[in-house]
Amino acid sequence: MSTEIQFDLDRPWQVDPRVSMRPEPFGALLYHFGTRRLSFLKNQRVLAVVRALGDHPSARAACTAAGVTEAELPAYRRALAALAESSMISERTVV
Amino acid sequence: MTLTSDAGARSAPGRLTDLFQLGLDAPICLTWELTYACNLSCVHCLSSSGRRDPAELTTDECKQVIDTLERMQVFYVNIGGGEPTVRPDFWELVDYATAHHVGVKFSTNGVKITPAVAARLAASDYVDVQISLDGATAEVNDAVRGAGSYATAMRAMSNLSEAGFRGFKLSVVMTRQNIPQLNAFKSIADRFGAQLRLTRLRPSGRGADVWHDLHPTAEQQRELYEWLVAHGEQVLTGDSFFHLSAYGSALPGLNLCGAGRVVCLIDPVGDVYACPFAIHENFLAGNVRLAGGFESVWRTSSLFASLRAPDTGGACRSCGFYDSCRGGCMAAKFFTGLPLDGPDPECVQGYGEQALAAVSAAAPKPSVDHSHRKVPVTIGRRRPPDRDCDENPLAGFAAQ
Repeated sequence: MSTEIQFDLDRPWQVDPRVSMRPEPFGALLYHFGTRRLSFLKNQRVLAVVRALGDHPSARAACTAAGVTEAELPAYRRALAALAESSMISERTVV
Repeated sequence: MTLTSDAGARSAPGRLTDLFQLGLDAPICLTWELTYACNLSCVHCLSSSGRRDPAELTTDECKQVIDTLERMQVFYVNIGGGEPTVRPDFWELVDYATAHHVGVKFSTNGVKITPAVAARLAASDYVDVQISLDGATAEVNDAVRGAGSYATAMRAMSNLSEAGFRGFKLSVVMTRQNIPQLNAFKSIADRFGAQLRLTRLRPSGRGADVWHDLHPTAEQQRELYEWLVAHGEQVLTGDSFFHLSAYGSALPGLNLCGAGRVVCLIDPVGDVYACPFAIHENFLAGNVRLAGGFESVWRTSSLFASLRAPDTGGACRSCGFYDSCRGGCMAAKFFTGLPLDGPDPECVQGYGEQALAAVSAAAPKPSVDHSHRKVPVTIGRRRPPDRDCDENPLAGFAAQ
C-alpha cells in the first residue's frame, strides 16, 4: 500500500448512491451494497463532513462547513481518502 | 458469533470495538431463518431443520418484519433456514426486502438455483447468494449433507457463474474431514468467480450429535489458523474463528462475540434468539409477533441487555490470551455443557479439553427439533408389487 494519500480536497465529492448510512451514538455505520463492505465513521464531525459533501463544490468546503479547522484538515483528508478507496464516497460530476 | 466480517468490517482500534461490545441501536445484519423445511438432512444442521413448522410466519407477517428492519436501517439480512428457497413466497419476500432498502444475502443448498434464477440474481446489487458445500469432493460433502448434495451445489454455482454473478459466496463449515481440502475449496471458489467463506462447526442443533466426531483436531485448528492468516481478507469467516486469535495475531474482522450486540436470529416462528447458533430457551429474547415487534425485542430484551454488559472474563480472566479470544463462542460452550464464563471447548491453549473432561452432567439439548422423522412415511409411496400377487420380500432382487 502506498503511503502517499491520493485524495483531492478541491474536487466535488458525494456519498456513493449505493451506500446506506446509519447514525450511531459514536458516529455512523456505512454499508455499500455494491461492494458489500461495511465502514465506520468514528465521530460526529466526520459524519457531518460526509453528509455535507454533496452540497458543496469541494471536499474542502464541506470540511469548512462542518467546522473542521486548517490544523485538523490533514486528518480529515486521510479519513476521506480511506472512504474513497473503499468506494464509499465518489467524485461527483458537476453539471 | 458475528457475521460482520462478511461485510468486510475492519478491526477497529480499541474504543470502537468497545462500543460494539455494548451493542448498537440496531443489528448490523441479522440472520433470519424463513422456514424449518429442508430438502436435506445435514447431520450437523445448526437448526435441526427438516419439517416445516405449522406456526411459521405468514407472508404478511414477514413483510411486517421487513418494514421494521427498514425503519431500524438494518443494512441486510442473512436469510437461511431450513432451505429458504422452498418457501413458495421466497422470491416475493426477497423482492419486498430489496424494494424496502433491506439487502438480502441468502444461504441455500442450491436446489432452486436454475439458470433462470441465476440470471435474475446476477442482475441485482441488493441480493447476494451463499451456496453451502461441506466437502470439496462428493465423497466428503455427501457424507455430511446427503447423497446428491455435492452435485446440486456444483450445478448451482455453475449456473451463477454462467449468468455472470461475480463474488457470490461458497460457504463451508470446517470439519475434521474437510480441513485437508482447504486449497481445493479455494480452487472451486476461484473457478466459479466466487468468494470462499469458511465458518466454524458448532455443536448446535443436530451438530451436537456429531460434534465430537466432526470438529477439527488441535493440529487442524493450527493449520486452519495459518491458512486464514495467509489468505487474509480474500476469505470470509463471519468472524467465526476469533477463538483462534489466541495463536497470535488477530484474524480480519471484529473478533468479538456479536450475540445480541451486533447480530441476532429471527427463527421461522418469529422467535428472536441471541445468535443463530443458540436456538435454546436460555437465549430466547422474545418474539416478533408480540407487541412492539422486533424493534422492542432488540432494544428492551433483558437477555440482550445482559449480553451487552461488559465481560468479566470469568475463569479465563487470568489467561494472557483473553484479550484476543475473549473466551470464545458462547454457543459452543453451552451445547458442550461448559460454563459460559470459562474456556471455549476448542480453546487453543488446551483449557477447553480439560474443561470438557470435567463435565459430568449431560449437555443441554436444543429446545426445538424439526428433523425429518427417522422412519420415513410410507403412505402413498409403496411401490406396487412387481407382479400381481408377488409379495415376496425379495421380489425384484436378482439372484446373485
